[in-house]
This record gives sequence, C-alpha cells and structure tokens, in this order.
Amino acid sequence: MTAEASPARTCTGNGTDVLRVEHIVKRFGALTALRDVNMHLRKGEVLGLIGDNGAGKSTLIKLICGYHRPDSGRIFVDGEEVTLRSVDHARSIGIDTVYQDLALVNELTVYHNMFLNRERVRWPFLHNRLMRKLAKEHLDDMGVNIPDVSVEVAKLSGGQRQAIAVARSVYSDAKILLLDEPLAAMGAKEGALILDLVRDLKARGEVSIIIIAHNYAQVLQVCDRVNVLQHGEITFDKATAETSTEELTDLVVAEYRTARAKRSAGG
Amino acid sequence: MSETVQVIEPAERAGPPPEPARRRTILTLLRDTFLQRREASVLIVALALMVYFEYNRSIFLSQGNLLNIAQATAPTAIVATGIVLLLVSGEIDLSVGMTFALAPFLMHYFADFYHVPSIPAILLALVVAAGIGWFNGFVSIILRVPSFVATLGTFYALQGFVLTTSHAYPAEIPKGMDGAIRQWIGPPSGWAELIWAVLIVVVFHLVLTRTRWGLHTVSVGGNIIGATEAGIRSRRIKIGNFVIASVLAGFAGIAEAFRVHTIDPNLGGGAQIPFLAISAAVIGGTALAGGSGTVAGAFLGALVLAELQNGFNLIGISANPYFLILGGAILVSMIANQYLSRLRRTGRT
Repeated sequence: MTAEASPARTCTGNGTDVLRVEHIVKRFGALTALRDVNMHLRKGEVLGLIGDNGAGKSTLIKLICGYHRPDSGRIFVDGEEVTLRSVDHARSIGIDTVYQDLALVNELTVYHNMFLNRERVRWPFLHNRLMRKLAKEHLDDMGVNIPDVSVEVAKLSGGQRQAIAVARSVYSDAKILLLDEPLAAMGAKEGALILDLVRDLKARGEVSIIIIAHNYAQVLQVCDRVNVLQHGEITFDKATAETSTEELTDLVVAEYRTARAKRSAGG
Repeated sequence: MSETVQVIEPAERAGPPPEPARRRTILTLLRDTFLQRREASVLIVALALMVYFEYNRSIFLSQGNLLNIAQATAPTAIVATGIVLLLVSGEIDLSVGMTFALAPFLMHYFADFYHVPSIPAILLALVVAAGIGWFNGFVSIILRVPSFVATLGTFYALQGFVLTTSHAYPAEIPKGMDGAIRQWIGPPSGWAELIWAVLIVVVFHLVLTRTRWGLHTVSVGGNIIGATEAGIRSRRIKIGNFVIASVLAGFAGIAEAFRVHTIDPNLGGGAQIPFLAISAAVIGGTALAGGSGTVAGAFLGALVLAELQNGFNLIGISANPYFLILGGAILVSMIANQYLSRLRRTGRT
C-alpha cells in the first residue's frame, strides 16, 4: 500500500499543476485527521478522490476550500504557494466548492440562487430582469435544462439543484471546482445529469475538478485519475484507464479486513 | 430515496407541456394568486371582517371609527415590520415591547434633563434603540444565545430600567415637542401615525422583496450554511435586522406616546406589543422557521387584529372573548400556512 503512495510524491514540480498540496497535516486535538497528504490536480483534469467514511476526505476538502487551515504543509495554486485565509479568499483565487444539497437557498428562485451574493443591482433595487436573462443564457449554454428560472429552487429535483450549484460556480469564474459527493442521494437518471455536466466542463477544459465520492462506481466514468485517501494519507494514485472498480473495491475491502483481523487479534 | 422521486415528477412535468399552463381560467388564476400571494388571504379576511362588523353596527365604517382602527393598527404594524425582518432571517425579538416603552422616556430624559433640542432628542432616543438592537444581536448571534431567550432577558432588563428611572410614574411630553412635532408624528386625531406606518411598511416591503438586503435576509433564514458559503455575511444581516426592529419599535413608541399625550411606563402594555406584532406577522403569512415572510401581510395582520378588537367593542362583546378569537386566528392561519406552503412546495400552483 505504501509503495503506491510514491507516484503522488514524485509528481511535485509539474508546471501544469493547477493545484498541489504537499505534506499536509491536520489534527483536531488528539485526533490526526490528515497524516501526510500529497496530491496534485492538472489543468482541465477531473480527479476522483475516494475513501471510506472517516478517511479524511471532508477535512482535506475543507483545507483546500479555505475553511480549515493545515497544521503544517503547503498548498500551491498555479505553482504559487498560497495561504488560504477563508472560504471567501479561496474563492477569490478561483477555488470553489459545491456541497451536496447545501449550496442553494430553497426559498429563492433559480436566478436569485445563481447570483447569490453576486447580485446585479440597479440601485437601490435588484436588477431581476437582467439576472433572469443572464441565468437563463448561462444555464442554456451549459446544457442545464431548467424549464423556468423564476421558479423556487424547492420545486426542483435533487439533480437539477446540484446542476444549478455547479453552473453557479462555473459562472463565477471558478478554475478549481470541488464537488463534494455530487451523486449522493440521487437516482441514476439524476446522477447522469451531473455526470454529463462534468463531461461538458471537461470538454471545455477551463476548469479542473476534484470529485469527492463515497460510491465510486459511477464517478469513475468521468474521472481522468483516481486518488484513494486512507487513514489521512493518499495511498493510491492511478489514471482511471489503468484501474478498475474491482481494484478499488479490493483496496477498500482489504482495509476493512485488516482492521477486522486486528480487532479479532486484539480481542 | 423516495423523497427524490417525489421531487422529480412535478419539476419534469412543468417542463415539456407549457400549453395547458398558458390557458388559465380566471378560477385557476385566482387560486394561483392565493397560493403565491400570501397577503391575498389576509386581505380577504380583513375585508370580510369589515363587511361583517359594518352589517352589525353601521358605525363601524364611520370616519371616527376608521380613525380608531387606524390608530390601533399603526403601532402594531410598525413593530411587526421589524419583527417580520427578524423572523425571516430566523430570529425573534421580544424586547421590542420594552424598547417601545423606553424610547419616549429617553426622549423625555434627553430633552428635559439634558436640555437637548427636540429633534436631536428624538434622534438620540432612536440611536439608543439601535444600540439595544445591536446588543440583542450581539448576544444572540455572536454569543450564540437563542434570540428568544436573549431578548426575553433584555425585555425584563429594559422594563426594570424604565420603572426605576421613571419611578413607575408617567411623565409629560416635553414642552418643546408639544406643538408641530407632535402634529407630525402622532397627533391625537388624524391619520399621521397610520401614514407613517404605511410609509414604513411600503419601504420595508420593498427592502425585503427587491433589494440585496432582503434577498440576503431570506437566504440566512432559509439556509444559513448555503448563504455563508456564498460569502454572505450572515452575522451582519441578522444583527442589522435586530437594529432595524429596535429602531422601528422605538419610533412606534414615541409616536404612540405623542398620540396618547403622556409618556407611560406601561405604554404598549409590556408584552402586549411584541405578542400582537408577532401575531400580526404570523397571521400575515410569515413563518417562524425563517426564510419566508411578508411585510405587507403583517400590516394586514395588524389591521385584522385591530378590526377584531374594535368590532367586538362595538357589538358589545366584552374584551375577553377577543383573545379566544385571536388565539383561534393564529392557529388557523398557521395551519393554513403550513398546508399552503406544502402545496407550493410540491409545485401544484
């Protein structure tokens, strides 16, 4: 397992990396969430980050999006070292996160959500007509089919909501997009909507994407490369073409078996 | 799982066939207006009450009685405006009842004890009210005490302050304010107070529905995590709404003191004003859970409450059953609100 960690380390210094994290450590009191994480993301790439519950996926994401700060380690964006002070700061340099089902305000319309905190204003009032028009154009452009942008988000399906959240991030000039469990609690048809959207984005090549997934079978379809996070370390880094669902499953199951063997040996 | 399946349907159904939706009959249009405009149902109730009371006592719609109703509506409506903003952003303020009673006293203290000229004295009283709102916001949002509890605390603290400093005695309106200023803000007869209320309601209705502040207020009340993720400064929005609610309560208190021509420690009846204001907001269609509400609806809610109180008086029913009706009205409107919002959610509008 540790042998497989080496590719991640050797990849440092690649000039085309849009994001690179080196030797990231994060502790919460006595708990070490991230031991030594090395990860990189190339321009225009879709990277799948998988791992079991408690592996440290969400901690890693919260570090990259500026919510937490690492105890040690370095983060590079476009080759330059950055200290992410806040979510706002991370967003200002182009790192945007889409949390599953948390991003949108259900009580607001689609176009108000699209422009949330970036509203167009004709002082002192909101320029609703312009926002409606721009939101419609942008969603059409991205191939997201919403019948009416003036409808409250609460009335839309989970997939449509997620698609709007992704579209919003792209609209705000994000260059690194973190999708946190984009397919969770979604039916196959809904999930396909999101996967198509990711494919479209990949084809454009303007944004680089990290997809955090618990269930990787579907996600694998759109990823260029897969990283596995286990016990606070990246233990696996391969191109999607060189791996398979079976291999990844074995990896995760092996971890479970080892843990169980240890438990029964101890007890 | 089953939940997502339910949501998919109406959304997709709304997509392909736009033709039947275009052909709206007057009936469906009416139904849609009812479902989408929460104010509509309260307006109907307000009008129905007018008809009913007028039918029973023909003086109900006389000019003199309309003035009575207006004067009962105005202070509640002004206080309810601030309450709606707070409820929509997911907070509440009970202490507005005491800010209402305190503001006229502050005005009196500044004018008579510190010889501050009339208008600056009124403005200073409102600045202190703003400070109270900020304090409420600070305790609720920064120190994370639930606002219900925090403002219950300030309610009693302010009551203590009013009673102590006034020795529980009413005071007179400061001499310099008894003329033109009183006529402008709260004359004994005339529509000035109602005009202020309508102005304030219109302005804040626009603020809530047409400005960034309003949009962000809905956002922090509807999904504070999502709003904060989007970079909205939710603390600032919430504390700002506490300040607005307090200033409006202070202003309503000053206007009411002018109208009744005395500065009374029991002005507004203590808990009566915040309870009436919350009732007006709720009857008007504002949800306590945050994320949705309407200022215009709260105004109509205040009107309904005033009509009930006044009409019962005219018919000769004692004041006591009024509370029965009030309680029933709150329950019925909340149940209806729940039912209607479920209808709205499932997209059957």
